[in-house]
Amino acid sequence: MTDQRFHPVNLLRGFVRPVDPVLLAILAVLLSAGYLLMLSASPERAHNQMVNTGVALCAMWAAARLPPQRLMSLAVPLYLLGVVLLIGVAAFGETSKGAKRWLDIGVTRIQPSELMKIAMPLMLAWYFQQREGAINLRTFIVAAALLAVPVALIVTQPDLGTSLLVAAAGMYVIFFAGLSWKLIIPVALLGVVGLGSIVVFGDQLCQPDTEWYALREYQKQRVCTLLDPTRDPLGKGFHIIQSTIAIGSGGVWGKGWMEGTQTHLSFIPERHTDFIFSVLAEEFGLVGTLALLAVYVLLLVRGFVIALRAPTLATRLLAGAITMVFFTYAFVNMGMVSGILPVVGVPLPFISYGGTALVTLCLGVGILMSIHRHRGNAHD
Amino acid sequence: MTEFRSPDEEIEGFRARVLVALLFILACFAVLGGRFYYLQVERHEYLHTRAEDNRIALLPVVPNRGQIVDRNGVPLARNYAAYTLEINPSRVRRVDETIDALSEIIDIQPRDRRRFRKILEESRNFDSVPIRTRLTDEEVARFVGQRYRFPGVEVQARLFRDYPLGEVGAHLIGYIGRINERDLQRIEERGQTANYRGSDYIGKAGLELTYEDALHGTTGFEQVEVNAGGRAVRLLARQPSTPGNDLQLTLDIELQKVAEAAFGTRRGALVAIDPNTGGVLALVSMPGYDPNLFVDGISTQDWQALNDSPDHPMLNRAIYSTYPPGSTFKPFMALAGLEAGKRQINQRMPDPGFFMFGGHRFMDHRARGTVDMHESIVVSSNTYYYQLANDLGIDGIAGFMRQFGLGTRTGIDLPGEAEGVLPSPEWKRTRFRQPEQQRWYGGETISVGIGQGYNAYTLLQLANATAALANGGVLFRPHLVGHLVNAQTDERIPVAAEPVRQIPMRAENIAAVRRAMVEVNKSGTGARAFAGAAYGVAGKTGTAQVFSLRGQRYEEGKVAERLRDHSVFVAFAPAEAPTIAMAVLVENGGFGSQAAAPIARQVLDFHLLGTRPNQPAPQDEEGEE
Repeated sequence: MTDQRFHPVNLLRGFVRPVDPVLLAILAVLLSAGYLLMLSASPERAHNQMVNTGVALCAMWAAARLPPQRLMSLAVPLYLLGVVLLIGVAAFGETSKGAKRWLDIGVTRIQPSELMKIAMPLMLAWYFQQREGAINLRTFIVAAALLAVPVALIVTQPDLGTSLLVAAAGMYVIFFAGLSWKLIIPVALLGVVGLGSIVVFGDQLCQPDTEWYALREYQKQRVCTLLDPTRDPLGKGFHIIQSTIAIGSGGVWGKGWMEGTQTHLSFIPERHTDFIFSVLAEEFGLVGTLALLAVYVLLLVRGFVIALRAPTLATRLLAGAITMVFFTYAFVNMGMVSGILPVVGVPLPFISYGGTALVTLCLGVGILMSIHRHRGNAHD
Repeated sequence: MTEFRSPDEEIEGFRARVLVALLFILACFAVLGGRFYYLQVERHEYLHTRAEDNRIALLPVVPNRGQIVDRNGVPLARNYAAYTLEINPSRVRRVDETIDALSEIIDIQPRDRRRFRKILEESRNFDSVPIRTRLTDEEVARFVGQRYRFPGVEVQARLFRDYPLGEVGAHLIGYIGRINERDLQRIEERGQTANYRGSDYIGKAGLELTYEDALHGTTGFEQVEVNAGGRAVRLLARQPSTPGNDLQLTLDIELQKVAEAAFGTRRGALVAIDPNTGGVLALVSMPGYDPNLFVDGISTQDWQALNDSPDHPMLNRAIYSTYPPGSTFKPFMALAGLEAGKRQINQRMPDPGFFMFGGHRFMDHRARGTVDMHESIVVSSNTYYYQLANDLGIDGIAGFMRQFGLGTRTGIDLPGEAEGVLPSPEWKRTRFRQPEQQRWYGGETISVGIGQGYNAYTLLQLANATAALANGGVLFRPHLVGHLVNAQTDERIPVAAEPVRQIPMRAENIAAVRRAMVEVNKSGTGARAFAGAAYGVAGKTGTAQVFSLRGQRYEEGKVAERLRDHSVFVAFAPAEAPTIAMAVLVENGGFGSQAAAPIARQVLDFHLLGTRPNQPAPQDEEGEE
């Protein structure tokens, strides 16, 4: 008998098996939409984005092949590596845009905070798994500490956008692990009241001589510009004004692909990265924006289905947190482009130009696929 | 709040939380959907109007780049206005056909097309791209007559950068070039994106790079109404640009010219500094290149010619190349010996013509019986310094020389300065990997003592150390820019002299070394070069050993020349109240007295007496070490 493992059909099957067709289909829709928009927004970058997509899909496939147990065994090393690299950035990092985010390791520059977006939920999921059956207040305190260290390091870089994403990723795990509602509800209320008061008392708070506790000047500027974009129409308000014009001028049906005047006359800054949503809104209208929301909802629902079917506590928590991170990307990006959230540098997931974020996101999808494939075997 | 729960309860809880999360997501998306509906349906009319009929564009008003002038106001980098023919690629369907048609009325060379392609590839978004620069008036008239045939093609009046002196001072002035992807990234990293909207050029080398922020100025904006075709129809508001500052240098361009001419066709470097301020008077690296080649993108042929030349014209030998100082190290060694108390000024030391150390005989040119400190400098005795190096020890030498800034970047306002090597056991430990290489050997101290061995300094460091010797021990941070001049108000912001440190030394020790250095040019190794000089000049010759060809191809004839030693000379004058301190090096020029000293003579004659030589400095084959 010849070895059946090397029969071409079996090889192909082995290649395809890790991939979840539902997630892949949703991903294909998003990536194709991204490519179409890239052709309109910045055609010279479309080819590059294809390459990025290829790399990201390989990363996804590799992650999908990895059984969750193996993934969990990587939790502690990845987390520690991330923290060490973040300390390295604080000590020897390269300063760019007034922030230390990059570490030069000789061959290339890396951004350790990006690694933390995966390592953080992985670490906490692993930790809760270790404590399964004995989860108490102390568990949550330790988890909060594990979360606080890297987030604090990223905040001081300073990088508000990434630290929010990493913090959110960790908090989602803690939330799904069963943090008492008695703690969640007051904090949520406090947040609502705080945001409400910023909106109501925005004018006083944005006086130039008012200093904001814990936020840096540029972050204050962003919030204030959001509250009233016209206060700085030539500078920081420019992004928001122009992107809302682009979105609104799209109407119900849009101006048609490649026909967006706001886009093509260069009114939209960063139109291929963080503001690519305004290209979609201008050229495909309300139909396009709602369709995108629907595709994201499908992705998130699929993620939750995988989380609900996941075999172990750790995989449940991880799948739930990754899904919520996808949501956070999408919500924060569309929120900022449409002018209801401040401008923080968060890309539109699976659509914005840029390799790093795309690889991270696709790794997340790969992990979901792996969890889904191993849903039956809780004890192997 | 301790919750010990069964797996089933735990899964129930998880399901509940997933449900809550899903509801939260739907709520948030509902808010987004509502916002989209508000913008795209409710506000559509208004926003559509703003986008379509009444587009308000913010057009950048690019500031004029500051000029660079020498200490007397002679322009070294300036702007001139000229017409360019530009194509807006987003509005021209068939670019190649358009260029073919244009070439019927305007002279367009293959070189122009290649450059156009290159810029088009590198250009950000949809800016217009020049196909021809510097149109003649006649060409402008011809194009305007047929403009209707070429939608998306326009004649623009633009400012161009010009370096009127060509190769003179090219290494220090530097050049600007078109903004490329990497520059864009740097601009973004410095948060300057808004200020560079509309800018096409950025400093790439030399002062143009170091002072980019000061030279560039602040971009202004015009808020204009544009019609559906994107043309401005009405000016709504205007925030004028602020032109960049002019740079007035400490450099004397006439002195620079004399110094460069003195080299003739020889390779080398020269740095002259005002020892009272640290202001650089001349900074020469030979051969040079024409910075004008770079402004609009250098052609492949020109670039290859510069790159492939064995003379490496792009290399700034004054601040990037490092050389052993040879015997010009000796005055500093003498000071170190006096300051450390290892030698007295009049102490005579035996000079049998060699020095024995560890069974090895370190040779000198001749035996002199005995020499004192004064003679050791005047005749450049090696034996005296072999012994002194051994007595001071490597740590003693390194500790003293470090104060003169040797082996440390001077902090001059030019990019790409090399650090050099101040040899020490500590340096060896960090430089090498193998334990046997990391060890410091006593014999190595001996060759360091006469300026050879691991010693490697830039000419700038050597000149700056000489300046500190000339002014009695103040080490300055050398600088090329004397004033920033506000182009609108003519307000002059001086660049203050920045003393790095006062080197603690006894005045009589400095005086003794100076006397010996003056004698060098009266009766010693520099006497032939300075015969009949009408001013007192302190100096010291040196010869830097060349040991390897560093991987260059063996070519009969050339090798002999490139294996010759480098000729070095340091000097300051007038000896009693110095206004100039300098270091000169001629690559493969032989002894210090043969090539470097005659160049120093021409430079000092011009600086102090105004005598302009009519030919390059002579190569004095009779000169001796």
